[in-house]
Amino acid sequence: MNTSDIFNFLKPKNELEKQGEEVENRPYIPDELWVKCPVCKTPVLSSDLAENNKVCPKCGYHFRIGARQRIEMTADEGSFVEFDANMTSTNIIDFPDYTRKLKNAKLNSGENESVITGLARIGGCETVLAVMNSQFMMGSMGTVTGEKITRAFEYATEKSLPVVIFTVSGGARMQEGILSLMQMAKTSGAVKRHSDAGLLYITVLTDPTCGGVTASFAMEGDIIISEPKALIAFAGPRVIEQTIRQKLPKDFQTAEFVLEKGFIDAVVPRGEMREVLTKLLRLHGSEVKTEEAGENECD
Amino acid sequence: MSAIDCVAAARSNDRPTAVDYITRIFGDSFIELHGDRRFADDKAVIGGIAELNGMPVTVIGLEKGRNLKERMERNFGSAHPEGYRKALRLMKQAEKFHRPVICFVDTSGAYCGIGAEERGQGQAIAENLMEMMTLKTPILSILIGEGGSGGALALAVADEVWMLENAIYSVISPEGCASILWKDASKTAEASECLKLTSQDLFKLGVIERIIREPKTVDSIMFDSLKNLIAQTFEKIGAADTETLLERRYSRFRKF
Repeated sequence: MNTSDIFNFLKPKNELEKQGEEVENRPYIPDELWVKCPVCKTPVLSSDLAENNKVCPKCGYHFRIGARQRIEMTADEGSFVEFDANMTSTNIIDFPDYTRKLKNAKLNSGENESVITGLARIGGCETVLAVMNSQFMMGSMGTVTGEKITRAFEYATEKSLPVVIFTVSGGARMQEGILSLMQMAKTSGAVKRHSDAGLLYITVLTDPTCGGVTASFAMEGDIIISEPKALIAFAGPRVIEQTIRQKLPKDFQTAEFVLEKGFIDAVVPRGEMREVLTKLLRLHGSEVKTEEAGENECD
Repeated sequence: MSAIDCVAAARSNDRPTAVDYITRIFGDSFIELHGDRRFADDKAVIGGIAELNGMPVTVIGLEKGRNLKERMERNFGSAHPEGYRKALRLMKQAEKFHRPVICFVDTSGAYCGIGAEERGQGQAIAENLMEMMTLKTPILSILIGEGGSGGALALAVADEVWMLENAIYSVISPEGCASILWKDASKTAEASECLKLTSQDLFKLGVIERIIREPKTVDSIMFDSLKNLIAQTFEKIGAADTETLLERRYSRFRKF
């Protein structure tokens, strides 16, 4: 399976047909006053949506959110200290149009890469946190993505800290050729060392997690959680349909489907994620470090 | 040879497959072992134990099949999760009995289909990547034809990776790349160039240690010299203590 084929199905059909830059650059949540839920079609007041963690109050659809917002929702206030913020990709194999694509991705997302890594506290528990960003080339994994994740694991191993990763990715980044494939091995090696040191790794899969990321660190957690309805796949549904020339069953490759098949531990709604992560971190002996966390302990 | 010619050569039906390499290098000493002990025996993966100059080795190959009947049976060399799990089982067995592992890689990619997804194709590959990184015995992987993305990498986390001169190794097929990039699957020649998938390109990028020259017609000289090369390499790699071996393997991939 080619890990980058999956980019296509991530976009609705009509957008695929347009194939324009304007599609790539369009923000996920428009700034308008009202937003229409893509699933139940109910118009929702933007402010209500924001208050509800960008989850549709009517049908529970989890809108895709940016990495910074995810960190804000997950980490204790003011606790996040970013690693390698300025590390940035170059066109290493001189791939056509990649330099321009990178520039656009940076403008579009306001970030330097498809993952943000750093040190954070979650419910007072110190942890290394990595959050991928769908707004940067659909979270595809290039060498810098792999390097930042590997460094995050190596730091966590050295400091005996747990790691929490929120994944969202179309897979390996085609524009970096074989070197993006090598990131799968590189990150897996770092995960293994962290694991062999007896340390906890939790992955939270969000919509969509596919290809080379699914086939490496996303599926290597001690505990694997997913947001509801997230697409979790190795090969994306379109590629499979093209290969087997058959319609796929309903709900195929959703979080709930993958849970039933035994490949993830739990489906957790966004609003409960922080609490669940906190519980798990504490159950694995994470020390509670802040005053705020001290108060939480009396809950 | 241009990149697209290389792609054609790598996929050619006349090319020796994993079974040919196993037969020509290990002869009658090869004993095939089947099954992943969990679900099934995936015929896209062939594995077993053989003797290499008197030394027991574990041999695993992604097998495309040598004629239409075999190709159907072997699912054209595209493994399901149980194929990768069978490979890992045999590698763990090799670790237990201190045998080096040799992998022959030839696949257009891990199979994408309903069953493969249901049984965790991504998880199976991920587990191999993790476990191979710390397998306490030498591993050598040789790309003999197509090295299709994660499905090939799942047998190529090794101490050394070699490539036949006209083999290819890529993150995506040239067709897939062309259809994403130019919305035109026929521009495979351009895509093949861009992806840097030939043995020469990959050697320059440091992804492989050695290119195995291919004679115009495959002869026993090639297999004999390959056999000697494999034996010498295991002697060299195997001389290091386990800690050094694993440290080097980690660094090998850490540098990318």
